[in-house]
Amino acid sequence: MWAYIVRRCAVGLALLLALTLVTFALFFASPVDPARFACGKNCSEQQRDQARKALGYDKPVYEQWGNFVKGVVVGRDFPADPELRAAAPEVVTHCEAPCLGYSHLNARTVNELVKDAAPVSISLAVVALVMWLIGGVLFGILAAVTKGSFMDRGIVGLTLVAYAFPTFFIAVFFLKYLAVKWQVMPYPAYTSIEEGGIAAWMLNLLMPSFTLALVFMAGYVRMTRAFVLESMTEDYIRTARAKGLQGRKVLFKHGLRAALTPLVTMVGLDFAALLAGAIITESVFAYPGLGLLTVQASAAYDLPTIIGVVILAGSFVILANIIVDISYAFIDPRVRLG
Amino acid sequence: MEAFLTVDDLKVHFPTVDGVVKATDGLSFGLARGKTLGIVGESGSGKSVSSSAILGLHRGTNAVVSGEIRLDGNNLLALSDEEMRMRRGKEVAMIFQDPLSSLHPYFTIGNQIAEAYLVHHKVSKSAARTRVVEMLDRVGIPQADRRLNDYPHQFSGGMRQRAMIAMALINDPSLVIADEPTTALDVTVQAQILDLLQDLQRDFNTAIILITHDLGVVAEMADDVLVMYAGRAVEYGPCKEILTHPEMPYTWGLLSSAPDLTASTSGRLLPIPGTPPSLLNPPSGCPFHPRCTHRDKVPGDLCRTTLPELLPGHHREDHTKRCHLADPDTVFRTEILPNLAPELVEESS
Repeated sequence: MWAYIVRRCAVGLALLLALTLVTFALFFASPVDPARFACGKNCSEQQRDQARKALGYDKPVYEQWGNFVKGVVVGRDFPADPELRAAAPEVVTHCEAPCLGYSHLNARTVNELVKDAAPVSISLAVVALVMWLIGGVLFGILAAVTKGSFMDRGIVGLTLVAYAFPTFFIAVFFLKYLAVKWQVMPYPAYTSIEEGGIAAWMLNLLMPSFTLALVFMAGYVRMTRAFVLESMTEDYIRTARAKGLQGRKVLFKHGLRAALTPLVTMVGLDFAALLAGAIITESVFAYPGLGLLTVQASAAYDLPTIIGVVILAGSFVILANIIVDISYAFIDPRVRLG
Repeated sequence: MEAFLTVDDLKVHFPTVDGVVKATDGLSFGLARGKTLGIVGESGSGKSVSSSAILGLHRGTNAVVSGEIRLDGNNLLALSDEEMRMRRGKEVAMIFQDPLSSLHPYFTIGNQIAEAYLVHHKVSKSAARTRVVEMLDRVGIPQADRRLNDYPHQFSGGMRQRAMIAMALINDPSLVIADEPTTALDVTVQAQILDLLQDLQRDFNTAIILITHDLGVVAEMADDVLVMYAGRAVEYGPCKEILTHPEMPYTWGLLSSAPDLTASTSGRLLPIPGTPPSLLNPPSGCPFHPRCTHRDKVPGDLCRTTLPELLPGHHREDHTKRCHLADPDTVFRTEILPNLAPELVEESS
């Protein structure tokens, strides 16, 4: 078991390393010159070369990559050019390990940017997860046990509607009617727990989280319904009924136990992907999370921030995969890790 | 011999968009305590559907069940769902065909067997556990007190079927339905499981309905045999009688298609030609007539137009068959018997 975990973690690390390599290669293959962006529009050839040297873009890609990886492990100092650091010690910024880079556009380390943005995305993801899990599983079971009835068709129909409307439409719709026109809810603006307490944090999260949860909920309703219907046709369900077990025990103990197991994988991966930011939801609600950070960094060609966020997102997914696989050893007795 | 279980004109019909599927269509039989009835037939002949009806497993589905199933004087079909549930597993228990898929993969063997006991007995969990160990011991699982913490996948096929039998018998049911209990097992294990069932039947005086397509199993286990075809009984009577003087061509077909262990390997089995009929659109007249090689011996168009009644044959009152043949005995002796596997004939005589 422990050997398995260590091995999986080692593979995960190797995967991350490969991810940084690919990310670097991709961005340096693009035709845009980051030094020109950093320098500005009215920038002479000479100034641009200066900027390139100061930011370390004059070095070969593999060397830049090496510096990045080293920064992740032991931390590093910015600007990247050692001569500039020696000449002007007052501009040096230290970036602690694991250093994800330095955004010269924001004049802050990527770590600080992430530290500010991550709580917003995590809050959004956690509240949305709770909403879509409860809603998705409950309505999924309800639809499965009433299969073919008016209730089942209604639920399945609603999931189609939720699927069909794009997130930005639902978000704008909620904003316009709930917050602006009828004013039944405050216009959501992210408030951290330290600032406003749990109540204000929650109240502000309701609308964006629900928007985010809606499309996931639709998917989970359909999946739960399908998994429950499938597991209720298994031979062991017939055995449970033949024992004389009560109908609800057959469903909730024997049926659900098998039906909900595959959901664990989906939940793990969906949640991990969301941790790295819900781009559309955060953009529409102007929530300063990792999604919005990604959008802004992409628009401004803020290369270090993009690389930092991509690698963060990648590590979330890799970690979630490992956790899901390990948790299966506890969920399914047939799985032996080794 | 007072019948403990009587099934009278049992019909299980499934309405579908294409029409009504008559999986069981007018089945009648009786069974005394401590006796075994073998129900034989090809896949899709209605064996399992009929026995599920006895257990009330069609409740809550769209199946239409009619007729009468009397167990110890009570008509099971007239009971409410809750009353039937209370009897399920307690008075009537079932052993299923594939013990791996019939046991829940996520719960321990002990947990699943204890559950069967706890549904019908208000006892503590530890008392149930003691009872489970006792039952596992009884069905021959070594170190039962330790093995009950295992999951089904940690058991071998034979052990799983033993555990299923322990689960079925834990409440001392008066009727056990064994639905092809040995089909998924190795031949050596098959014999052990059948011996175990016979032992337990002697100890508990249980009535057993044994569903199988293996006539060897029937010859060894059954007191009575019911041969089913297309949802109906086509031959019914004492086991010995049916195996030595079968009067229905379908039963002959089943006997002829049983492998012969002593014959040379170049000898060929004689399968029944054709495939089992659709239950949605069964053939007119005798449902077996399209596959029957003896229909020419019946004068006129009788086989194609008229369904033969289940009537006593030429030997005994309690041996009934559904066939138009005037002299089945001669046909059997001259055409069928010489080609049969000798073990079957010996075993049954």
